[in-house]
Amino acid sequence: MATQAFDRLPQAPGETPDNKVYFDACRAGKLLLGKCNDTGKLFHYPRHVSPFTLSNNVEFVEAKGTGVIYSYSVARGKEPFCVAYVTLDEGPTVLTNIIECDLDALKVGQKVKLKFRDSDGGAPVPMFVLA
Amino acid sequence: MPPMKNPAYIVGAFEHPTRKAEDKSTAQLHAEVAYGALQDAGLSASDIDGYFCAGDAPGMGGLSMLDYMGLTKIRHYDTTESGGSSYVIHVGHAVEAIISGKCNVALITLAGRPRAEGMQTGTAVRSTGVGVPDEPFELPYARTIATMHANVAMRHMYEFGTTSEQLAWVKVAASTHAQYNPHAMLPKVVTVEDVVNSPMVADPLHRLDCCVISDGGGALIIARPEIAATLKRPKVGVKGWGEAYKHQNAGGIDLTYSAAKFSGPMAFGKAGVKPSDIKYASIYDSFTISVILQIEDLGFCAKGDGGKFVMDGGLISGIGKLPFNTDGGGLCNNHPANRGGMTKVIEAVRQSRGEAHPKVQVPNHDLVLANGKGGSLGTRHGCGTVILERE
Repeated sequence: MATQAFDRLPQAPGETPDNKVYFDACRAGKLLLGKCNDTGKLFHYPRHVSPFTLSNNVEFVEAKGTGVIYSYSVARGKEPFCVAYVTLDEGPTVLTNIIECDLDALKVGQKVKLKFRDSDGGAPVPMFVLA
Repeated sequence: MPPMKNPAYIVGAFEHPTRKAEDKSTAQLHAEVAYGALQDAGLSASDIDGYFCAGDAPGMGGLSMLDYMGLTKIRHYDTTESGGSSYVIHVGHAVEAIISGKCNVALITLAGRPRAEGMQTGTAVRSTGVGVPDEPFELPYARTIATMHANVAMRHMYEFGTTSEQLAWVKVAASTHAQYNPHAMLPKVVTVEDVVNSPMVADPLHRLDCCVISDGGGALIIARPEIAATLKRPKVGVKGWGEAYKHQNAGGIDLTYSAAKFSGPMAFGKAGVKPSDIKYASIYDSFTISVILQIEDLGFCAKGDGGKFVMDGGLISGIGKLPFNTDGGGLCNNHPANRGGMTKVIEAVRQSRGEAHPKVQVPNHDLVLANGKGGSLGTRHGCGTVILERE
């Protein structure tokens, strides 16, 4: 059995002064991670405050866009799609969709790579396809 | 006066019998459960000087409910909001307020009517408010309560070899108990096959792995020992309590445990007892996988062994090692306002008093536990644990 992922139009992400740098990067085809300069640790989701020290000594660095499926689920229904956590090669795990795939053949641990998907009137959002 | 061993007592408990409240308002349901709990305790509204409620209460915090119910003697007030676990956490907060002299008689209420309002609790994409910082990174992916709990289940299966049949045993146990509850929404006993053959909602969770959507509510009255000693109901002391919170940890996701990993040891530490001392446990059952995680985190079995623990009736009263949710729980009985923590405490009180249905009452009920989980197990949630002692 094979079930092709429905090509769902994502809701536009709500942009704020805090996350604008991230979604502007998405418009340029780049996936950013936060980096805490106090600890050297990377984080997601990006914010202008370190979730490790609460200081504002943070910057944003580009991720390669490769990773593995940490876990996933398929929302069944007329328009089935996959909601997954992907662990990026840099370390942080991000909530996302796995798209353009056979939903019945997905597995935890599969390698995936970044693919941006246009949203409904907002910035494109990072999703993943099988590598 | 008999000697009282615990710092505070649950002296009143009431669960609303409705499961669909088309003809009642949410405020009305709050007041009805409050009155029910007062009647159960043998107290009156004028005795209440502490009030606790959460996000299901209409209005700013609890102000509108104080107004509606006409409570005029409140000198301590707490609106800690942690979804369905709020009311379990409120029990601990009420005990601490009583210990510190802030109140003598605390009322906790929960009520809601998502069923009458046609809410798709688990399968609709929902926002929790304006300016929520995580939502721009989640709503575009259309995550739901169901798919996020399903991510937890999928990872548990991957790491520990847990199976759909093992998850199904949680529902089988709940339904075995629900058959004796005349108010249960789903009183029919189901089999493992029924669960795994029910339609897939969010891989690997089937429809029968999910709790019901119901209206209703519940209330608790907590009182200081001197007052509890004067009342006629069985003495149910709050011996231990704990609360803990878990989130996405800056991208350091680990879906294999719940915040009960921390709230449980706090409660056991305060009570000075261990998991093997507990004769009955109410465990938050939004989904079957939720129960597996919590029984592991509370120490009833080793991490990863939850699936094996629940097999072959491990949670069924009279058969298993840990009788759970003898009212049928959220999976079969009710899940008022989409928040199951209140009913978890209420059934634990029934067991502690020896007033559960005779077919599911545990014979020795000196120590029972209730654990609540609120929010989403796959993103952000809080857990509250209470340990109750029958005196």
